[in-house]
Amino acid sequence: MLAFIIRRMIQSVVVMFFVALLAFAMFRFVGDPVHQMVGIETSLEEREELRVKLGLRDPIIVQFGRFVGNAATLDFGISYQHQRPVSEMIKERMPATLELSLISALFSLLVGVPMGVYTGLHRQGVLSKVFMTASLIGISLPTFLIGILLIYVFAVILGWLPSFGRGVVVDLGGWRTGLLTTEGLKALIMPAITLGLFQLTLIMRLVRAEMLEVLRTDYIKFARARGLTNRAVNFGHALKNTLVPVITITGLQLGSIIAFAIITETVFQWPGMGLMFLQAIQNVDIPIMAAYLIMIAFFFVAINLVVDMLYYVVDPRLRVDASKAHGHG
Amino acid sequence: MAGNPLLEVRNLRVEFPTRRGILTAVDDISLHIDPGEVLGVVGESGAGKSMTGAAIIGLLEPPGRIADGEILLEGRRIDNLPYEQMRRIRGREIGAIFQDPLTSLNPLYSVGEQLVETIQTHTDMSHSQALARAIELLAEVGIPAPERRVEHYPHQFSGGMRQRVVIALALCVNPKLIIADEPTTALDVSIQAQIIALLKRLCREHGTAVMLVTHDMGVIAETADRVAVMYAGRIAEIGPVRQVIQNPKHPYTVGLMGSIPSIDQGDGRLTQIEGAMPRLTAIPQGCAFNPRCTLTMDRCFRERPDLVQVEETRVSCWHHDKELAHA
Ligand SMILES: Nc1ncnc2c1ncn2[C@@H]1O[C@H](COP(=O)(O)OP(=O)(O)O)[C@@H](O)[C@H]1O
Ligand SMILES: [Mg+2]
Repeated sequence: MLAFIIRRMIQSVVVMFFVALLAFAMFRFVGDPVHQMVGIETSLEEREELRVKLGLRDPIIVQFGRFVGNAATLDFGISYQHQRPVSEMIKERMPATLELSLISALFSLLVGVPMGVYTGLHRQGVLSKVFMTASLIGISLPTFLIGILLIYVFAVILGWLPSFGRGVVVDLGGWRTGLLTTEGLKALIMPAITLGLFQLTLIMRLVRAEMLEVLRTDYIKFARARGLTNRAVNFGHALKNTLVPVITITGLQLGSIIAFAIITETVFQWPGMGLMFLQAIQNVDIPIMAAYLIMIAFFFVAINLVVDMLYYVVDPRLRVDASKAHGHG
Repeated sequence: MAGNPLLEVRNLRVEFPTRRGILTAVDDISLHIDPGEVLGVVGESGAGKSMTGAAIIGLLEPPGRIADGEILLEGRRIDNLPYEQMRRIRGREIGAIFQDPLTSLNPLYSVGEQLVETIQTHTDMSHSQALARAIELLAEVGIPAPERRVEHYPHQFSGGMRQRVVIALALCVNPKLIIADEPTTALDVSIQAQIIALLKRLCREHGTAVMLVTHDMGVIAETADRVAVMYAGRIAEIGPVRQVIQNPKHPYTVGLMGSIPSIDQGDGRLTQIEGAMPRLTAIPQGCAFNPRCTLTMDRCFRERPDLVQVEETRVSCWHHDKELAHA
């Protein structure tokens, strides 16, 4: 287990290294940081002085080393536009994005898995057909349209939910959460559904397909032949065997939820990292873009690591070391 | 038929409704199995052996269904029971062993967990009692170091060992009947005999009756008390194994027996008779065997023969019907 984790860790570090290289290249080759920072009246000497001060005249390797070192300590430099440390801005924005992403991932799992199991078990049922048709709509409607429709119905017509923002947030030692107030939770509902709907339909269809596949296997037939209850067969034996692909997809999707939060955050004016990133692009604010890229890559890598460890927990066949120790026969 | 049979199948018909009409996979089969008896079932692939077994244990996969006939266990009808009642019979009264031990066990649970779950489903044993029983069973089916092996997962066992685990699972609450559907076909030839010997010994010790489906006439000769020869969803011939082997009556059985040399020589598999068994969509009128039969008469193409008693064997062939009429 330990060797396995260490191996995956090394892989993760390699991935992060290349992402850092990409982010660094962005600094070097997109725009001129000095140009972005100074006014028109700044003299050439002053500009050169600033270049030296910023280390832009050092060898590239040294610059890259410094960039990685800084990024590792979460120092992403100063935003061109806001003239504030990027790390500070991320710290303000990240809780909003993470809370939104986690809640929508939970929503898509807690609703998608049962729906998938149901449609897998009752293939011909009326409700299954309703779910499948509805899921087609869920897959084909663009996210922003769903968001706008929700806003129109629940905010504009019914007035039940706020149409933008996070509601009331509570500061928990630097982490500003919206999960502890009614307003905060109410503000979370529509963005979370908008963001999670696509994943929900995906997970439902995946679980359904996997259930149909697993229910045909010999070990399910044998489990029935041993007289196990339907409940034990369907959930203990069948559902558990669908978990590996479900974990994979959920992990990947969680990554894309965080990444794709950009659209949802725009529609609902959700003050998260996505909205910040979008504004940064408009202003060619490279430090923010680089920091965002690295943060997202970090989440992807971290989620992948967790997914790999979950495989290990779920599937005994992957616990290679254990089987070697006991031998065969 | 001496005493009360354990299992009785009367005029069983299994159908598959398909787009192109109804396919009859099992067509009017009647047989019985006495307590503790081993009934061998042979026949080419597609003859309906597995469907008969699946119908008996109530696990026909839709759209397959029992269209006609009755199945009785100790005189009680079981073919029309509600799902939950039939579930209690499965495992408890009728067990099953399938062909491929590599895929019969759930890869995510240890063999101990699977045994304990099955035992606890059918008995009031506590977890520790069930675990002790599981270890006992593993020892009984010849798995070395069962206390340690009980915690292992299926992938940690070889094919032969897995089939032993499957046998332990099928026998774990002492069912009265085991349906073993080609239990060794997927195994290495070198271990087939061991597994059959194990199954035979355990069933004798526990007094378990077996419906043993196999391609291997050698296994039938060694293991079965009686044998049913199936052809195109029907029974061609059923009787005591010695009689069927030494004095086969149906031309199809004669062809089959011509193909087994002697038991200790070769694997005794069913070899070719000229032609192939008809598809379910194209079963000929009259006797289903008529396209391949060398002894056909007019009647064989017109009317389907019923099973008639000849000595201790029942055979469905007009030639024997004629003999009977002459007698
Ligand atoms: N789902 C199905 N739909 C239609 N026909 C089927 C289906 N399953 C099996 N059959 C047919 O039923 C017949 C009997 O099959 P089976 O009992 O498995 O034969 P075997 O004697 O080889 O075990 C075969 O001809 C097969 O094609
Ligand atoms: Mg078969």
